Amino acid sequence: MTAATVTAQGWGWRHAGRDRAAVAGLDLTIPPGQRVLLAGPSGAGKSTLLHGLAGVLDPADDSEETGRLLLDGVPTRELRGHAGLVQQDPETQVILSRVGDDVAFGAENLRVPPDEIWDRVRHALAAVGLGEDEGIDLWRDTSRLSGGQKQRMALAGVLAMRPPLVLLDEPTANLDPVGVLEVRDAVLAVVEAIGATLVVVEHRLGTWARHVDRLLVLEPGGGISHDGTPAALLAPDPVREDLAAAGVWVPGVVPEPVTPAPGGPRPAVEPSGPARSPRRDPAGHRGPAGHRDPAGTVLLSARDLAVSRQAVRPGWRRRLGPPPAPVQHGLDVTVEAGEAVVVTGPNGVGKSTLLLTLAGLIPAHAGTLTATAALKGPGVRLPDDPHRWPARDLVSRVGTVFQEPEHQFVAATVREELAFGPRHARDHRTGTRRWSDAQARARADELLEATGLTGLAEVNPFTLSGGEKRRLSVATVLATGPDVVFLDEPTFGQDANTWAVLTGMLRRLVTEGSSVVAVTHDQDFAAALDARVVELA
Amino acid sequence: MSAVLTAPAPSRPVAGSPMERAHPLAKLAALLPVTAVLVASMDWVSSGLVLLVAVVLLPLSGISAGQFLRRAWLLVVAALASAWGTALVGQDTGRMLLEAGPVSVSVGSALAGAATGLRILAVALPGVIVFATTDPTDLADALAQRLRLPARFVLGALAAFRLLAVLTEEWRVLGHARRARGVGAGGGPVRRTTSWLGQVFGLFVQAIRRASRLAVTMEARGFGAGARTWARTSVFTAGDVRLVLGGCALAALAAGLALRTGAWNLVWA
Repeated sequence: MTAATVTAQGWGWRHAGRDRAAVAGLDLTIPPGQRVLLAGPSGAGKSTLLHGLAGVLDPADDSEETGRLLLDGVPTRELRGHAGLVQQDPETQVILSRVGDDVAFGAENLRVPPDEIWDRVRHALAAVGLGEDEGIDLWRDTSRLSGGQKQRMALAGVLAMRPPLVLLDEPTANLDPVGVLEVRDAVLAVVEAIGATLVVVEHRLGTWARHVDRLLVLEPGGGISHDGTPAALLAPDPVREDLAAAGVWVPGVVPEPVTPAPGGPRPAVEPSGPARSPRRDPAGHRGPAGHRDPAGTVLLSARDLAVSRQAVRPGWRRRLGPPPAPVQHGLDVTVEAGEAVVVTGPNGVGKSTLLLTLAGLIPAHAGTLTATAALKGPGVRLPDDPHRWPARDLVSRVGTVFQEPEHQFVAATVREELAFGPRHARDHRTGTRRWSDAQARARADELLEATGLTGLAEVNPFTLSGGEKRRLSVATVLATGPDVVFLDEPTFGQDANTWAVLTGMLRRLVTEGSSVVAVTHDQDFAAALDARVVELA
Repeated sequence: MSAVLTAPAPSRPVAGSPMERAHPLAKLAALLPVTAVLVASMDWVSSGLVLLVAVVLLPLSGISAGQFLRRAWLLVVAALASAWGTALVGQDTGRMLLEAGPVSVSVGSALAGAATGLRILAVALPGVIVFATTDPTDLADALAQRLRLPARFVLGALAAFRLLAVLTEEWRVLGHARRARGVGAGGGPVRRTTSWLGQVFGLFVQAIRRASRLAVTMEARGFGAGARTWARTSVFTAGDVRLVLGGCALAALAAGLALRTGAWNLVWA
């Protein structure tokens, strides 16, 4: 199989329903067999270019194409299925329910004779390290693969098609460090084996920089801002500073967390003003503004805790079958006021499950989880186990930021999203609102400012970019002023600029006396927060 | 290489019960006449015979009684409830077995109740056996290759079916994520309903996102461009023919026996 030449001649694409083109006036030639790393700030049209090359951009509706995008001189749209594409979300890279069938799918569509397909399937799976030698049968259930294995299986499906061009859209963004290396090495082995041209989009350049021939940086709104070998572009030099400033993860550069200016907008929030006055808050619920519990006060403590996503059946039904096996057990965990904790460990070890349990979102499998009086607030009568708290009592004490921001959006505009928490917060004893509408709006405005989303206040949260969604989802949780904030992989797939804003907000939260507990593989994140590291095995 | 050529699909597990190995269309073709007889006549002879055969064949399907009950307990409950209901309200004939005010059970109504219950079980059990032992991928292969249904439609439905499992997990995560925002359990019925509708909307959004990404994945692998080859050949064996004939024979025997004993009772007659 020969490698393909990619040519773009003044190519541009405007998606249906958008005013501005995602890519415009792109001129580019990629010679056969070249390995290209495609970078650029979010919104620069990287995914659009990849989809264009794969021939899967939808020409219907009122989208608009300009110029030409060619593969060996033929418009890419006529060559759908020629270039192999692997995308970011592992779950949507899986098509069929058995590994062998899934890998065979593309080859079938290309009308490869059946007996040859199985040869290709076995070779492809062996090349990505998922072969029968690794103990993975062709009939293995695809839903039982890990995220990294799913991405490698998708790669095998592409390899079985023997494409002249391999396109990867952030294939490692959702993976742990081990998974990242597995997928990268599998990619390199695959393009080596079929001698294909490679275009890979990735935020974290370090993973690929030493293994590619060329680094292309796209500019938002069209065109290429930088083009050269990684060695030349990433050498200590103004260019490198340029790239880092544009939000590209340059190897060896850790962005400086952007802390919101003290006295200015405060994302870390203790409600202030009349709603917190002694009159409406007779128990002095968690003290007046700015007075967190002194550092070192235990807020949450777990003894001999076992966690599982599968709930233990209640009552007599418990006897119906064996209890589900917990993913972790015998854990003793405490969360103190004013500390940052990072939970690490390989994928599938139960980190997120532990997080959800501590956050009071799923019941403890066994053992005890106790919220101390310091967390409940003096004089407040709530059960010890946060899982039994009403949601509105939970959110003003414990906040949780999910991995996928979209899961937590409940309002139609960014501003309403931020005002939602304060608007619904109730004092536990009196049942009265803790913030008036005007105060809720003011809090939303503060947080808009702090997250740089003021200009987007009236847009629908679902239409934001990945980095904007992440910042919004963190801000919505901070809006109700929780004492403990749990975060699940907050920095996955984020560009360096969003990373800096995020770590800045959380760092400030900790210095103000709140606690931050994050599940993450990101060591820079742990260092930036000066976090206590808990390793699960 | 020859091993590859002789095996219809290397990705199909070698082990498996006879029913699991049988061709999906053969199973459906065997089920059809049996179900037709049961639907046509409401009597305990044909229902009893089919139920008896199904119970005897249960081990062949590889489903344990426990697994069956877990999948079909609702049907069993429905069968018992209808049997009881029919016995109570059915027309009383013959000796009275139980009389308590308006409630009365006679021999005639008890037999009618038994027939109703048996009939529900007799329709359900073979159906559960067929669908529990049929792999969706094999069914899709059979529909596309044997019945010549359009591949685009069949494989699209198959991929969407797999996505459903992903969405059930997504529903749980959404519930947790929304509780973390302070939405969810609690409040009156109105608030609960609003919150539930919000979660349904959230699931729709995620379903559409996932589906469009999956569509891109499939198109990028050349799906929908026209003719394709099939890595798995959907083969109809002699055993499958015997299965179909067996189904027809059972249907004929059940109908014949019911007519002969005089129990035959056409539903629409």
